[in-house]
Amino acid sequence: MTTAPTVSVARRAASRRNGIRRGMSRLWVFLIPAAVFYLFVVLWPSIQGAALAFTNWDGLSPTRDFVGFGNFIKLINDPKAGAAIGRTLLIAITITVVQNAVGLLIALGVNSRIKSRNVLRVLLFAPAVITPVATAYLWQNLLSPRGAINAMLDLLGLGGIKQDWLGDGDVAIWSICLVVVWQFAGYSMVIFLANMQGISAEVIEASYVDGAGPVRRFWSIIRPELAPSITINLMLSIIGGLKLFDQVWVMTGGGPGGSTETMSTLLYKNAFQFGDFSYGIAIALVLTVLVAILSSGQYALLSKQSKD
Amino acid sequence: MHLRYTWRTGILEIVMIAVAVLFFVPVYVLINLSLRQPNDPAGPLQLPTTFTLQNYANAWVEGNLGNALVNSTVISVVSVAVLVICASLAAYPLARVGRRWSKAAYFTFLVGLLLPFQLALIPLYTTMRDLGLLGTVWSLVLYYIGLLMPFSIFLYTGFLRALPAEYEEAAAIDGASPFGVFWRVVFQLLRPITGTVVILDVIAVWNDFLTPLLYLSGSGQQTVPVTLYSFVGQYVSQWNLVFAGLVISIAPILIVYFLLQRTVIKGFASGLKG
Repeated sequence: MTTAPTVSVARRAASRRNGIRRGMSRLWVFLIPAAVFYLFVVLWPSIQGAALAFTNWDGLSPTRDFVGFGNFIKLINDPKAGAAIGRTLLIAITITVVQNAVGLLIALGVNSRIKSRNVLRVLLFAPAVITPVATAYLWQNLLSPRGAINAMLDLLGLGGIKQDWLGDGDVAIWSICLVVVWQFAGYSMVIFLANMQGISAEVIEASYVDGAGPVRRFWSIIRPELAPSITINLMLSIIGGLKLFDQVWVMTGGGPGGSTETMSTLLYKNAFQFGDFSYGIAIALVLTVLVAILSSGQYALLSKQSKD
Repeated sequence: MHLRYTWRTGILEIVMIAVAVLFFVPVYVLINLSLRQPNDPAGPLQLPTTFTLQNYANAWVEGNLGNALVNSTVISVVSVAVLVICASLAAYPLARVGRRWSKAAYFTFLVGLLLPFQLALIPLYTTMRDLGLLGTVWSLVLYYIGLLMPFSIFLYTGFLRALPAEYEEAAAIDGASPFGVFWRVVFQLLRPITGTVVILDVIAVWNDFLTPLLYLSGSGQQTVPVTLYSFVGQYVSQWNLVFAGLVISIAPILIVYFLLQRTVIKGFASGLKG
């Protein structure tokens, strides 16, 4: 007799748990608002856009014809487009490498015992919140022949390497990379920092007791733990670098002499200025494929490495 | 204890402060040039010969920046509020239900992180035109809600997955409805990451340039970056005026950042656990 209530309590608890599980499977309703916005704004127009790349639509006229791979054949034969693709990859890789190297170094610097670490974290991230159009105008002035960068070089006795940083076709592309790295190194830093703070303090302490130097401590203890932040950082900077538009558009507009033309500026010009909308969108589709290949490729590579 | 401050730490401190100073040279020049008269002979690194606030007054009036600040604020507040509600709501099943539909939905949302917005920009432009939303701030509100949904869901889901489900289960056993559980338990637990989502989404919305350039062109209703763009186009090479305009337009977002900086930097840490 004494066991009966316990059994029924257990049974009631089990039936409640089943109820919860049934409730859980009804939770898909919660996806609806997000899904509606996402389908309407991102997925469906992207599919429409991809389909338009196979037409000759100019963006305005009511009629359009299916032209198959016509736009892509035009793209292959367009030396400007080929150069822009190469340049976009170069910019994306440069930004990815330099921004993450700088971000990692300053993250290590502020993830230490220095007294100013909290203030420095806040300050070094600050450029990342500023409007890229605004930073682009600021740097356009800084990089001009009589701007602050050349003035600083004079001050440091390096007057010999003064340049027209944005006016010289060989240099302009690197100047743009510099501006992007300056603005977003703090972003990489914060992500690395978040990861480093999850590493057990005891392990780090033990390395001090064992007399490991900073280089050894980084390489043997911190680096192997950084896989999550490296993945996210590389992904973000590759995607950001490939899609780069605002800074290029404001600082050089693709010039001088087309020397900083990227896929984004070229597609903007074709779609919105030259009235060749479907060609512009074909470039966008190639950009999408590049983004997908590079980001999933690096993801696969890194997750394989972290398994080994 | 490794928290000892040695001479090596001292050197690191000096090096890091020097790095931060170097990072802030551009900001120094920005403020410096905005505070001087156009004909000031001082170099860009030297302090102004005479200080003036006239550039700020001129930029405010001639750049129509007040109107742009209002527009950008309305767009940011409305779209981020909707984003927070929809993305946190969606993250609940995505993080807690292990079924196939949940995984498929999560993957579908993540695809949106890869798609360049340029692909959708024009087809959406024609849809907005047909709906009569073009030239109004609502076209942008709608656009940002959809555009930033994948990123917001990504942050929320990652954060929620790292939290134990016990509180929700307890609330459900006490007879709370699924929405009750979400609102009274899950959404409260998500608070730290909500701070991160808000600031990162506000930054993205406030700073976007190309979409308002296209969707609001010729409407007289402009956002801050586009107003800045036409302002500089008009007063090209009047750098003192331009720089005052830049300071006015980046001040609000910087103030929001400095007020919420703790949440931002901590939020990254919690987002990464997921």
